Amino acid sequence: MSTFFLNPANRAWLVLLVATGITWWLGESGAAGTAAILAMLAIAFVKGRLIILDFMELRHAPLMWRLVLEGWLILVSGLILIAYWISLK
Amino acid sequence: MNTITATLPVEAPSAKRLPGDLAIWVFILAEMLAFAVFFGSYAFARAHNVEMFNLYQQTLDRNAGAINTLLLVTGSWFVVLAVQAAHRDNSRAASRYIGLGFLCGAGFLVIKVFEYAAKFGAGISLSTNTFYMFYISLTFFHFMHVILGMVILGILWVKTRQGAYSSRDAHGLESGAAYWHMVDLLWIVLFPLVYVMR
Repeated sequence: MSTFFLNPANRAWLVLLVATGITWWLGESGAAGTAAILAMLAIAFVKGRLIILDFMELRHAPLMWRLVLEGWLILVSGLILIAYWISLK
Repeated sequence: MNTITATLPVEAPSAKRLPGDLAIWVFILAEMLAFAVFFGSYAFARAHNVEMFNLYQQTLDRNAGAINTLLLVTGSWFVVLAVQAAHRDNSRAASRYIGLGFLCGAGFLVIKVFEYAAKFGAGISLSTNTFYMFYISLTFFHFMHVILGMVILGILWVKTRQGAYSSRDAHGLESGAAYWHMVDLLWIVLFPLVYVMR
């Protein structure tokens, strides 16, 4: 079992399962508003990064490619954040 | 030490390298930019119709969306294990993991079809309102990508069974895997955005 955790892909998978559960639970509990949106975006950001770094295996890729994919994640989260911030005003 | 192993083109472990072929990454990037526009459009359209979006979002099947997230995440994990197995020259394990990844994709499609059937059965269509227009078109656009990803996994399954990939060359497998992970990555944003955030 300890060798299971040595593989970064296995660790990423477990975190992704738990994070998905948290997002689902936030939905079930009726979470809404600024704090809920920030929490869900942060969770999606962490999940996306794990997929980029440990599933797509870009952690050890040339920096440009890593930045391009992570930049996409920042762009999308930023757009959503701005749009939701406008909607809260 | 025999001369054959000594002359194998082994990459230095510390060498920075992009998995798969450059072309697939350019294609992935184009797809991701299209989805970024889609996600942004949804978010800004919502900003102008917050009450309507919040109201109809509650009609979505959040459990189905969450189970589908687990399926895609797990399918992606199986495909990483397939690539790792190929790098260890274990083609049998690689094809088994590709098969498991394919099954996760199939599970996703089955759940999505039930979800669509329930919505269409209730008379909901693209023209019902702006929220459903986005819900149907965004998830269906993604649905088509899951299907394409599964076609790729099907090809990879056949090729891994033929032992086409090894520690010396697994570029084709890595390219297909990268596409499958993209399908997962897009859903990771789509699920909270359309099903949960309010």
